[in-house]
Amino acid sequence: MKLTTLLTSAAMALGLATVAVAAEKTKVGFVYVGPVGDGGWTYEHNQGRLAVEEAFGDKVETVYVENVAEGPDAERVMTQMALEGADLIFTTSFGYMDPTINVAKKFPNVKFEHATGYKRADNVSTYSARFYEGRAVQGTIAGSMTESNIIGYIGSYPIPEVIRGINSAYIHAKKVNPDVQFKIVWAFTWFDPAKEADAAKVLIEQGADVILQHTDSTAPQAAAQAAGNVITFGQASDMSEYGPKPRVSSIIDNWAPYYLARTQAVMDGTWTSVDTWDGIGAGMVGIGEISDAVPADVKTAALALQASLADGSYHAFTGPVNKQDGSVWLADGETADDGTLAGMNFFVEGIEGDIPQ
Amino acid sequence: MDLSAINPVLLIASLMVAATPILLAAIGELVVEKSGVLNLGVEGMMIIGAVSGFAIAVESGSPWLGFVASAVAGAVFSLLFVLLTQVAKANQVASGLALTLTGLGLSALLGQSYVGIRPPQMGKLDIPLLSDLPVLGPILFGHDPILYLGIALTAGVWALLKFTRAGLVLRAVGENHDAAHALGYKVIRIRIMAIMFGGACAGLGGAYISLIRVPQWTEGMTAGVGWIALALVVFASWKPWRALLGAYLFGGVTVVQLNLQAAGVAIPVEYLAMSPYVITIIVLVILSADKSSAPAALGRNFHASR
Repeated sequence: MKLTTLLTSAAMALGLATVAVAAEKTKVGFVYVGPVGDGGWTYEHNQGRLAVEEAFGDKVETVYVENVAEGPDAERVMTQMALEGADLIFTTSFGYMDPTINVAKKFPNVKFEHATGYKRADNVSTYSARFYEGRAVQGTIAGSMTESNIIGYIGSYPIPEVIRGINSAYIHAKKVNPDVQFKIVWAFTWFDPAKEADAAKVLIEQGADVILQHTDSTAPQAAAQAAGNVITFGQASDMSEYGPKPRVSSIIDNWAPYYLARTQAVMDGTWTSVDTWDGIGAGMVGIGEISDAVPADVKTAALALQASLADGSYHAFTGPVNKQDGSVWLADGETADDGTLAGMNFFVEGIEGDIPQ
Repeated sequence: MDLSAINPVLLIASLMVAATPILLAAIGELVVEKSGVLNLGVEGMMIIGAVSGFAIAVESGSPWLGFVASAVAGAVFSLLFVLLTQVAKANQVASGLALTLTGLGLSALLGQSYVGIRPPQMGKLDIPLLSDLPVLGPILFGHDPILYLGIALTAGVWALLKFTRAGLVLRAVGENHDAAHALGYKVIRIRIMAIMFGGACAGLGGAYISLIRVPQWTEGMTAGVGWIALALVVFASWKPWRALLGAYLFGGVTVVQLNLQAAGVAIPVEYLAMSPYVITIIVLVILSADKSSAPAALGRNFHASR
């Protein structure tokens, strides 16, 4: 375990005396699913935490625990943070949903913020980013650039957020390249470099020359680089150290503005439970620089798509779109509502394979 | 479903890569256990090897130096286990677990500034003609040198245990340390050497993951491979070639299940994901049904006065 865990336990052992001393400061806790040095998802959340520290200086104290397994362990970590006197706790992975709700019940005065989930309470907010908008841009580049017409996709867990990403990437790849085919491997982990590298290698061996990943490490980038003529996209973070090729672009999560706003709300006493779901337009989702490995016309098309998603003139899920079984999901011109998107549990027409149950 | 998308040649080539870290660690542990010592710290020694090999390779720009450093680091780290069990006569199970926990924590600390860095690449063996053979080329002659080292070590350990005097002495120490002591063999010294050999092998296996297989450093990246290697030694009935078979089987099923998934086979992913563990254990349990059993003194500490 980490030093922070030790510190957490130590602080707990000292009891409420510590809390009384620290009461002047607003204490903000962060629970991370991977290491802060993963170069992806957790790295960006930690950047948000550092932004909070920088902005509020002495008025705030932040604590974090990394590598927290989804499940009972998460509940233990959150409980410790709350006992230690945290005023606001960000739990930054989908699998922390039920633990967050459980712990929040026990600490009605502590505010909780759960990332990418859908369960809320009086002291639990949810926040997420519309990553699928970024996936649409990725799909456009991927579909245009693939020569084998096979795109490999490393999925983490079969949850709505991941499925949305696959569907969005597929729809937009198909739009520019009707012959495109998706091969999907489920890694059942958010962060396991060895497993992610294996999955990427297998997809490349089976003919994929574009690898999209919904896992947090840079291992698939390294595998693509070793294989040669394969392109990838940075996931959650820019991963620019693998550019200009294999990494040709990226989806970047920018949590800092949200974290600043929510911390400020706790300080002001104006915090209420909300559901935030922002995309490219609000700046929560960023598209990393599209490298020179991408042909100019493809880059132009991708940027145009990004602009139309940002100003709201285009929705990434616009009909006609059928479900995998051929039934109609969205009629011509119809756009998907947030409720369906939040609980998306089906592939769109054309994707092969089943979603693991 | 499109099974034709799976290329058997590439599949065999990549299963050998997937199996090598397990094989290296298992061969080292096999020698340790043959000497009568149960070192549960394989995972810890592997991750120490992984981080030191990575750090040295990055700093020096030479993957070879990295591998040498990983073996040295693994052996040095195993001295902690030596100190606990051979000098202080502490319980081996507890000491081994302590080694694993220490290794995981220490490596995370040491590796903090190496996250996200790309290591120098080790070239693949490229023999003109042989490497270009249609099927055998990629399978037999297209790998990195460390993979061959793993196979050579297996053969070497097998020959040592079976044909040499040194192997006989090692086995004697593991079967009955009092008798070996009575015959004048330095039980503790032999065990220390065996433990350090195990540490060096585990270190190499760890560095293989961080320098070749992934290649990258992240904390906890060995992800339980050390424990699989430990189980493999037991199920392989302490026989080197069976350990090789077990490692290739495990690596093979790991690669095959990913291939099947990518090809869209309609088997639930959960079954595919557990298949390497289940199949390897079943096969090795069947194989280990013969009479061979654990070294008699396995896990027992030796003190000359008793």
